Amino acid sequence: MSWVLASPIIIPFATAVLAFLFRAGPEGRWLSVIGSAGLLVASIILMVDVLDQGVIAAQMGEWAAPFGITLVADLLSAVMVVITGITGLAVAVYALSDIDTKKEALGYHALFQVLLAGVCGAFLTGDLFNLYVWFEVMLISSFGLLILGGRKVQLDGGIKYVTLNLVSTILFLSGVGLLYGMTGTLNMADLHGAVQEVENEGLLIVIAILFMIAFGVKAAVFPLFFWLPASYHTPAISVSAIFAGLLTKVGVYALIRTFTLIFTTDIAYTHTILLWVAGFTMVTGVLGAAAMNDIRRILSFHIVSQIGYMILGLALFTPLAIVGAVFYLVHHIIVKANLFLVAGVAQRIAGSTDLDRIGGLYRYAPFLGLLFLIPAFSLAGFPPLSGFWAKYVLVKASLDAGAWWIAAVALVVGLLTIYSMTKIWGYAFWKPHPGGVEPRLSRLEGKDRAALLTPIAALAVLTCIIGFFPEPFVQFAERSAAQLLDPTEYITAVLGEPAEPEVPAGLARLEVTE
Amino acid sequence: MEILVAIMVGVLVAASVYLMLARNVLRFLFGLILISNAANLIIFASGRLTAEAPPLIPEGADAPLETVANALPQALVLTAIVIGFGLFAFALTLVFRTYQNLGTLNSDEMRLAEPEEGGK
Repeated sequence: MSWVLASPIIIPFATAVLAFLFRAGPEGRWLSVIGSAGLLVASIILMVDVLDQGVIAAQMGEWAAPFGITLVADLLSAVMVVITGITGLAVAVYALSDIDTKKEALGYHALFQVLLAGVCGAFLTGDLFNLYVWFEVMLISSFGLLILGGRKVQLDGGIKYVTLNLVSTILFLSGVGLLYGMTGTLNMADLHGAVQEVENEGLLIVIAILFMIAFGVKAAVFPLFFWLPASYHTPAISVSAIFAGLLTKVGVYALIRTFTLIFTTDIAYTHTILLWVAGFTMVTGVLGAAAMNDIRRILSFHIVSQIGYMILGLALFTPLAIVGAVFYLVHHIIVKANLFLVAGVAQRIAGSTDLDRIGGLYRYAPFLGLLFLIPAFSLAGFPPLSGFWAKYVLVKASLDAGAWWIAAVALVVGLLTIYSMTKIWGYAFWKPHPGGVEPRLSRLEGKDRAALLTPIAALAVLTCIIGFFPEPFVQFAERSAAQLLDPTEYITAVLGEPAEPEVPAGLARLEVTE
Repeated sequence: MEILVAIMVGVLVAASVYLMLARNVLRFLFGLILISNAANLIIFASGRLTAEAPPLIPEGADAPLETVANALPQALVLTAIVIGFGLFAFALTLVFRTYQNLGTLNSDEMRLAEPEEGGK
């Protein structure tokens, strides 16, 4: 048992229990903040260890791999956990003001912490079935968060979110079953070797597609994204922000993990599908956003469109493209969560997120304008913000790979993203408020203002830091991509030295029982 | 034996797809139960079915002496059943609450979160 690996999962769970016990009083929300800060510290310790020692792995319950459950952290897992800590803390602080006592009494903070635990678990596990379990932990808490409050729109969006995600879960489970039937193992590191020995390659591709569809629903790629714009604008802003930042990215992470470690036997086939999916995802997402007239719904569609960029990096499958995908993943989580938080403040002071019903934000709250412009320009890819470097690397990777058309698509989609951002800017910030309201930040109480604006400002600063000093982040992404493309280090960390472990008769390998 | 289970899975999936294509959300849920059971059977069958050979280790031995049934898929299926049951209970409550609040089970009429153009 390694505390470094287990603590990002244990801390949120422990916080969830405490927050549930104190849900009636104000202690609950502070416990949530303290717990999220603890998670951030734990994740940074993990990151330092991984940077220091390379991939680290631990066998839970002392069952040797590949039989027991392995927790494993390479650079990608570690950075995802750190980002979870950062967004978790930002949203926990934001929730101090955003979540009313009624939602708190229903257990908002406990559910939020369980969600963080589930996300961290999914990033750290090295076992496919365990990944399924973490997905479920994540899913059940997200269900709770989504419909907390029980407004009619929430129930309506909840139905679509719940049903489609359950279908994807079942596909994932069937894929796990079939893969186990073919290889006799569920340990991801062990699977890397095991799939090479599979004779029936056709069936393996079928299973790969099952996984692609299952994770594709979670990641909200074309044509499986419909649940996302149907539901993400309905819950409380804090919930929208954490969902937008983290949940779909767990799907992307799972796609990257499985399609670099396990399903690499027929790249020409599987990754070509991914490439088309990436192109369609970018285009449909951005067009959907252009048709919307509510900040949160525009942003929801942009999640879909941005997911396309990450999938593009995975699909090209060159070192530079994977660098782009990892960089994009990190930059996007921060930016997207931040945009939703800004939308929340706009709603508080101007009264709505519907673009027809608000305005005047630039005149009366110029500071909020600045805080909006940083993530918005970053999302669209303006130099020198973080999104520019992410897009630059990906476009360069597609040109290097000779995929001109996808580079063109990526650039045009970037342009259309600017269109959406200008639309929000024009309607919400420039146009005068139709109701004659003066949306000043001073309409918020001092306490609320601090809780709402501090996380937004912190995330915006982070976006600027990534943008102005991209060098260390790109280097990090390069190291991470090298680990993903050559999983030897990952496998050695999990399974020990290549010497074949003795398999006890009749226990694990299926040929024994056949 | 595996072939029988495979056919059964096929029938279950076919029935559940039929149910899930319905506009009625409750029928969709029933389809969901069927397909989750089909998934459980897939896991069970993919561990290979070995009849009348419980995975027991005799006293004094470290490993089973003869061929025994694979115990791992059973553990997986058990986990999946428990999780699936929990999720289904939640989904059923959600559908019930939705029916109480929106007064419909027809998914075509659930347009609150995504109103049609001009129908605000």
